[in-house]
Amino acid sequence: MKISIFKIIIFSFVIFFLLVFWLGLKKNNNYDTNNIIGNKISNFQLSSIYNNKSISEEVLKKNKFTLINFFASWCAPCRTEHKYLLNLSNKNDDVKILGINFKDKKNNAISFLNELGNPYDFVAEDTEGKASIFFGIYGIPESVLVDSELVIIKKIVGPIDLEQYEAILQLTQ
Amino acid sequence: MLSNIGEILVFLILASSFLIIYNAYLDIKIRNQIVKKTIYNLSLFQITFTILSFFTLIIGFIHSDFSLINVYENSHTAKPLFYKIAGTWGNHEGSLLLWINILVLFSFLFLIFNFRHNKKFRLCTLIFQNILIIGFVVFLLLNSNPFSSIYPVPLEGLGLNPILQDPALAIHPPLLYVGFVGCSIYFSAAMASMFSEYKGKEFALSIKSWVQISWCFQTLGITVGSIWAYYELGWGGFWFWDPVENASLLPWFAITALMHSVMVLEKRNTLYAWVIILCLLTFILSVTGTFLVRSGILNSVHTFASDPSRGIYILLFLGMMIFASLIIFFNKHKKESYNFNLKTRETFILVNNWFMAFFLVTVLVGTLYPIFLDVITDVKISVGPPFYNIVIIPLIVPFIILMTVGPQFKWINSQDIKFNKNIFVFFGAVIINLFIYYFFGSYSILTNLIFIVAIFLILQCFLDAKKSFSKNKKFEYPRIISHLGFGLLVLSIGINHQYSLEVDFNLKVGENKKVNNYEIFFENIKIEQNKNYKSVIGNFKLTDLKKNSVQYLDPEIRVYSDPETLTYEAAIKSRITSDFYLTMSNVSRSEYYNIKFQNKPFMIWIWISAFIIASGGFVQLVLKKNEN
Repeated sequence: MKISIFKIIIFSFVIFFLLVFWLGLKKNNNYDTNNIIGNKISNFQLSSIYNNKSISEEVLKKNKFTLINFFASWCAPCRTEHKYLLNLSNKNDDVKILGINFKDKKNNAISFLNELGNPYDFVAEDTEGKASIFFGIYGIPESVLVDSELVIIKKIVGPIDLEQYEAILQLTQ
Repeated sequence: MLSNIGEILVFLILASSFLIIYNAYLDIKIRNQIVKKTIYNLSLFQITFTILSFFTLIIGFIHSDFSLINVYENSHTAKPLFYKIAGTWGNHEGSLLLWINILVLFSFLFLIFNFRHNKKFRLCTLIFQNILIIGFVVFLLLNSNPFSSIYPVPLEGLGLNPILQDPALAIHPPLLYVGFVGCSIYFSAAMASMFSEYKGKEFALSIKSWVQISWCFQTLGITVGSIWAYYELGWGGFWFWDPVENASLLPWFAITALMHSVMVLEKRNTLYAWVIILCLLTFILSVTGTFLVRSGILNSVHTFASDPSRGIYILLFLGMMIFASLIIFFNKHKKESYNFNLKTRETFILVNNWFMAFFLVTVLVGTLYPIFLDVITDVKISVGPPFYNIVIIPLIVPFIILMTVGPQFKWINSQDIKFNKNIFVFFGAVIINLFIYYFFGSYSILTNLIFIVAIFLILQCFLDAKKSFSKNKKFEYPRIISHLGFGLLVLSIGINHQYSLEVDFNLKVGENKKVNNYEIFFENIKIEQNKNYKSVIGNFKLTDLKKNSVQYLDPEIRVYSDPETLTYEAAIKSRITSDFYLTMSNVSRSEYYNIKFQNKPFMIWIWISAFIIASGGFVQLVLKKNEN
């Protein structure tokens, strides 16, 4: 086979493609709960559901711990974990709760909170569910516990139950 | 027990592949044109073992033999028999076994039916095909064994994803597989052709039927998948430019280009290198699609059974295939001289190929770009319909014009052709479009153009049909049928897109709602207990106030028990002119239900025209059989 520039280009293209695929495979672990622990949440910008004020990482850095909880009015399991969130916000002042309203309508979310009680210190909206991708969220309810440096110390997939609730209390003492 | 039988059969497939390669290699050296009897016998054994292994798995599913992990994970005793059987290929491991079945089947059929062709070429094809078979069987054994057993044997299975329990989806994978895996045979044939110097017209004739068969099945498979999405996913659309749908479209573009250019190779004995490239590309794209879907590298509604370790293996295999085909191609490629007149059919076929290549690249870029961006820069984006609509739709206009005019030309030379009639037809199309525009409401310039060219193509196809019927030119039928189907498809998609009505609202029992000319009345709600799910059925009365006609629609919410899942079944009333589409979903803690009502004109014509496109290919096969 004679070597020509054209052939070199074709081969490099193929190698590049295969390499990217290979890297893509290795990378594909952002849905793995274990791997996200220890990661730092990088800059995000969300707006509050009540007054469109922006909520960013600066706000969370003031808290000792923040539990970021993803919820929606249409999500049935979110209702089952709600009592734990309410308890948490009453019992433990070190933990502030940021609720991110996922793919929901504003009015529905507000009436949801009026009906069940509002455990959140901040409520942000993510109407299109795009911002939630950065937190590695793929279904709700999901929660992420971060410290004042915004390092993730725990991630909970699915509704918070008694066991998870106690684990949060222990971690934040 | 079944586990052992299945595994032994798979090992026997592997052994017969090695024996076939060895014997074929020995036989190539013998200078005659008769293929040894041993090779036929070995192939016959191989196909028997393969089909038996698949039946073993089906039996495992029918008898709910949960000692097989695969059955345990994907079946359940309460499932209807039909879905137990369909469950065999509704999962990764079983579908890989189906994949191997088709590889072996095509290998066997190619050997038997191509007896007129050169011996060295046939044996080389057999060798390459068996290398592919070995690759996939090893993958099956190492990574995705459907016959792995589990002990202690569980009493009950986990069940099949309820969204997959649908008749359209039960036949969708086998159809697509025949289409995609069928491409393997002319991948092997192209490699063999380069090795054995069996080129030109003869080569074209040897692969033509196989290209047509796999094209037909791909077209059908994609259509059935689209129908499933329409009925089952509850979105009321038929194409979402979802990465997995795109993965099935990529080989389709390549194969459509191939199906056209293989005719040029047959008639004019030119474009050999291009046909070889397309042969190789079609199967490479099929495997790429499999890689994208199965490895979990893409996230989409369709991604099922994703597992990175599978990805590594498929990627390795894909890499080897691409490198092997590139190296062989570059080594064997000789410069061809091209001699095309502008006004000939072959020139237009070449233009078709350029369009197909463009569509292919567009969809490829749209599908792969998010992956590349994610890997290289960590930015996550998704490429959606707007991108494809902007890039592809305007090009449909020149594409259809050339598609209409092209077949009017003859092969090699057609200087004396006049276009008076075509211009006449074109004006006919413009007038029909004006009528639609005037009576049904205005639309954009681009939509106008699309309607005009689509109608132009349809009218011209009817004229062509009349002409070839009176002159008894049967060989023109398949082309006319498929092109007519395509024209209809574009027109119905256009109309559907233009005149769809979609509304969303909340309703409780006893209430009614007016939408345009329609009144929707929520009569009552029923709860039914079925074999493996509970269903909440809403009864709706839909009154067309203009025509004073009444329809009843009963959408459903199904609660499946194993695994516990909710699915929303749309109520669809298909009519010749339009579909009524109604879904309902519950709003928690209230007696209201969320209702989505759509009126989608010409919906059924989209499916009909897709079937017409595919049937063109089948007509071709039947005609060819009669000719022989």
